[in-house]
Amino acid sequence: MSKLVYLVPLFPLMGFLINGLARKSLSKSLTGIIGSGVILASFIISVILFFEVKAGHTGVVQLFDFISIGSLQIPFAFQVDQLSAIFMLIITGVGFLIHVYSTAYMQEETSAHYARYFSFLNLFVFSMLLLVLGANYLIMFIGWEGVGLCSYLLIGYWFKNKDFSTAGRKAFIMNRIGDFGFLLAVFWMIQHFGSLNFADVLGKAAGMPLNDTVLVGITLLLFLGAVGKSAQIPLYTWLPDAMAGPTPVSALIHAATMVTAGIYMIARSNILYTLAPTTQGVVAIVGLATAILAASIALKQNDIKKVLAYSTVSQLGYMFLGLGVGAYTGAVFHVMTHAFFKALLFLGAGAVIHAMHQEQDMRKMGGLKKHLPTTHWTFLVACIAISGIPPLSGFFSKDEILAAAFSVNKIYWIIGVLGAVLTAFYMFRLYATTFLGKFRGTQEQEQHLHEAPKAMTWPLIILAVLSAVAGLIGIPAVLGGTHELDHFLSPVFAGSVALQHAPHLDHATEYLLMGVSGGLSALAILYAVSRFSKKPDMEPATGFGKVLENKWYVDELYNTVIVQPLRSLSLLLNNVVEKLGIDGIVNGVGKLVNYGGRQLRLLQNGQVGAYILMMVVAVLILFIIQLFVL
Amino acid sequence: MNPNDVLITFPELLIWFPLLSGLIAFFLVKGNSAKQWAVISSFITVAIVAASFFFTDKNYFHFNNVSYVWMPSIGSSFALMYDGMGRMLCLLTALAFPLAFLTTYNTSYSKPNNFYGLMLLSQTGLMGVFCAMDALVFYFFWELAIIPIYFLASQWGGEKRIQATFKFFVYTFAASLLLMVGIIYVYLHTPDSSFSIHSFLKAKLPPGGEKLVFWLFFAAFAVKMPLFPFHTWQPDAYEQATAPVTMILSGVMVKMGVFALIRWLIPVFPYATGLFTNIVIGLSVAGMVYASCVAWVQDDLKRLVAYSSIVHVGLMCAAVFAGNQSGTEGVMLQMFNHGINIIGLWIVVELIEKHFGTRKISELGGIASSAPVLTVFLVIIALANIALPLTNAFVGEFLMFNGLFVYGKWTAAIALTTIILSAVYTLNMVQKVFYGNTNSLTALGAGMVKGSAAAALTVVVIIILLLGVYPKLLLDLTKDTVNVFMNRIMGL
Repeated sequence: MSKLVYLVPLFPLMGFLINGLARKSLSKSLTGIIGSGVILASFIISVILFFEVKAGHTGVVQLFDFISIGSLQIPFAFQVDQLSAIFMLIITGVGFLIHVYSTAYMQEETSAHYARYFSFLNLFVFSMLLLVLGANYLIMFIGWEGVGLCSYLLIGYWFKNKDFSTAGRKAFIMNRIGDFGFLLAVFWMIQHFGSLNFADVLGKAAGMPLNDTVLVGITLLLFLGAVGKSAQIPLYTWLPDAMAGPTPVSALIHAATMVTAGIYMIARSNILYTLAPTTQGVVAIVGLATAILAASIALKQNDIKKVLAYSTVSQLGYMFLGLGVGAYTGAVFHVMTHAFFKALLFLGAGAVIHAMHQEQDMRKMGGLKKHLPTTHWTFLVACIAISGIPPLSGFFSKDEILAAAFSVNKIYWIIGVLGAVLTAFYMFRLYATTFLGKFRGTQEQEQHLHEAPKAMTWPLIILAVLSAVAGLIGIPAVLGGTHELDHFLSPVFAGSVALQHAPHLDHATEYLLMGVSGGLSALAILYAVSRFSKKPDMEPATGFGKVLENKWYVDELYNTVIVQPLRSLSLLLNNVVEKLGIDGIVNGVGKLVNYGGRQLRLLQNGQVGAYILMMVVAVLILFIIQLFVL
Repeated sequence: MNPNDVLITFPELLIWFPLLSGLIAFFLVKGNSAKQWAVISSFITVAIVAASFFFTDKNYFHFNNVSYVWMPSIGSSFALMYDGMGRMLCLLTALAFPLAFLTTYNTSYSKPNNFYGLMLLSQTGLMGVFCAMDALVFYFFWELAIIPIYFLASQWGGEKRIQATFKFFVYTFAASLLLMVGIIYVYLHTPDSSFSIHSFLKAKLPPGGEKLVFWLFFAAFAVKMPLFPFHTWQPDAYEQATAPVTMILSGVMVKMGVFALIRWLIPVFPYATGLFTNIVIGLSVAGMVYASCVAWVQDDLKRLVAYSSIVHVGLMCAAVFAGNQSGTEGVMLQMFNHGINIIGLWIVVELIEKHFGTRKISELGGIASSAPVLTVFLVIIALANIALPLTNAFVGEFLMFNGLFVYGKWTAAIALTTIILSAVYTLNMVQKVFYGNTNSLTALGAGMVKGSAAAALTVVVIIILLLGVYPKLLLDLTKDTVNVFMNRIMGL
């Protein structure tokens, strides 16, 4: 059965081709059925594969030779194991819900654009599946760049808007900076291990000494790739801009799946990182810094999607913190719960934007609770989940990461909890401003307020249930659980676990940690609701608030320090070095030859070209004569 | 099989057939007859190359190798070999011409008989270059490929074509003279006074002489590729020449330089190669970054493509000199794929210029709305140009960068920055030309891609995807050539 794994990416690929090639002739409903149907088919196979893996059947399925030169063999092969099985389920499961949601959300598009949208979305799922299924770093890289491409295409989906296509381009270029690191790491692996297969690389690395220069180099370069793809400092600035894409795209690509690729990659390479504590420290600090920086920016954003975007960047930071402190299961757990509640938040925001006729500024919303009941309740569930309030899913996954951080470095924990409190605060600032209080939009908007159609509300309800209960698969022993997920993933992380000897926290400490972070988050929620439900944040920000509202001016900084100087240098090269320098010399020589040619012409009375032609014809004749004489 | 049983070998067929049909084309003065003749001829050439792929086995040695005594007095024989690399480049040459002819099938050139006749003569020269195993034969075909281009570029094309062609001529003519001097020098040092490549490989050159002659050869090939800083003829020539000529120049002629490095430079001068590898790779990598930056600020689509080509060629040159299997295999793939991709880009540029009347990026915009089909083709070709995985250029670039990494980590890192810069200038162009709102120039684009041009673009895209997913086709084809090359430079 695991031989059928190739079907998992094949279905979305077929959906892409059908919707892409026949986009002029398909009706919208047919496009929607094909687009969602192929993902459902992949999901069903993923479920079957999951149960096979659960029964212990893992393995590598080779399709064909991709590159084979000398001793370097890179097959086109898929790896079916615990880690890829989990990711397959998340990608196709959440992916399917978002496709269904999109059938209603994108209804106003013309049928050709509607099909273009679904073909890109299918292509994205295909690439993402390649990324998690690849059995070596090259196939992973194919998916890695593929999702970057789809992200670019979908951010710039409304290509007539210049800002949107600029955002798409920015995302692609930022990702390519990361890919630069990824590729260098891959070359280094080829040089050092002679292979890119996970089995070979990870197997050979397992015997290497701690903090070996090669391992530190490779892991840092791979991490650069993850920083680009998963929007961490310093390459995170593309993700908030990526909100230019249709909202379901933000939900699928820029929250639930693609941006978690970096976490997947490091979790996949976990043994390399465990053996390179220096890199682990970098990963933890970058993750923590990103978590807190993005959370601070989210405090002062007024665009509903921007708040969620910075929240995503911040949550990704937590996942990297988890990876950095060796809590690989915790990071994957948080990927999963985050996929549910963040997809739900984005889709809920989409329902709000849909009802508000494309209005995204939450200062113009308010009181939507009674107009959009389903959206409201599901959104509330997601807000509680992301704030880390027990017993919803976010609590368990975040707690696992924070507990591991505490055992490595207490300062990590303090900053982590601060970030969690900020998260609870800005999420409920968003919730209260949008759903509570009085409606602040125009009267016309108020009359048209409506709950979303069923194709949109059903995915919300399913995701709300998942956001609420998904934590149950990872209840830690201290709370009397068995942590099913940890058990399931243990073969993937066994090598790292054997090497780690993190001090075990006693139960009392664990209770205390949970109590502190849960309690402070609850207080932040109460404060935010009481403060913003009656009197939202309407005044223009001043002082430090203004710095936050302007995202610490990081975009402006990059533009002044990197983009503009590079542009000026390029202009200098083109206008001065190229035109005056090199070309000037050549033209000088040319003029000299020209002058000489004129003098000669007086003697010869002919053209240089004619002489050359004569020479060639003469040689040709000589040549033919020689051949026939023989 | 006995050599006498073979009526004519494939390399001979590929040389004589276009030559003959080219000479005939000069006399087809009536209406479209020269054009039709050229199209048919170019298709037959493709068929010949395609047929030759059924005769790659060692048993068919005499179908693929030939050597006549030609000028015994000076030790030159008419020797041709049709190996994996030659086969691949002949296939590229064979494909390039029908693509060029089909794209411009609706364009009428003045004196079509001369135009198409010269084009086919150039095809003969290219085929000869890729098969020659005798330095004099090589030189002869080298000139035969270039000289028709000189006439084609000066007689047909943009307003400043005379200046551009003159620059091109100065460059290439100087380069050819250097090459001639170099060839004679090596010839004088061969053990058996012969121009055969086998004698060249055995030539005992004094170290000082080898160092000097290395640069003579290198300069000739560097101009052709062209390599920074020998490149300034190229943007002007591409800009001014008419589309089919530009396609041949950039798609195929560029490969003459890279090919010659592999066949005629590095194996013949191993000592000097070892000495100058660092300089050449440094030059190539510097040129890659330089040309990427310059490409970013171009406003003319043709010049942008020209500089992007300099980036790619720089990488090919660096990877050849890295002197390892990965890099050389990558160069093999890229020689073919770069040709296909750049021809694809020229097709799109040609359609845009013909339809909207301008190539200026600043004057275009919104084409995605008015010509969605063209946009789809362009986006795929542009992605291949930046070597996105599963397009043809990816594996080649991957192997070349990997080869360069083996040579030096930091060198590879500097060269690899061009994958970021290439995304910058390519996506910048795509955004400015294709996205946004249409303007008065670009409002009407319906039905732009049709007929023969659509067929040409479809062929390009199919090759891009096929070789992107299954690069093994080319890897297997060129494996033997790479092994021979590697054995030679490893001194086995």
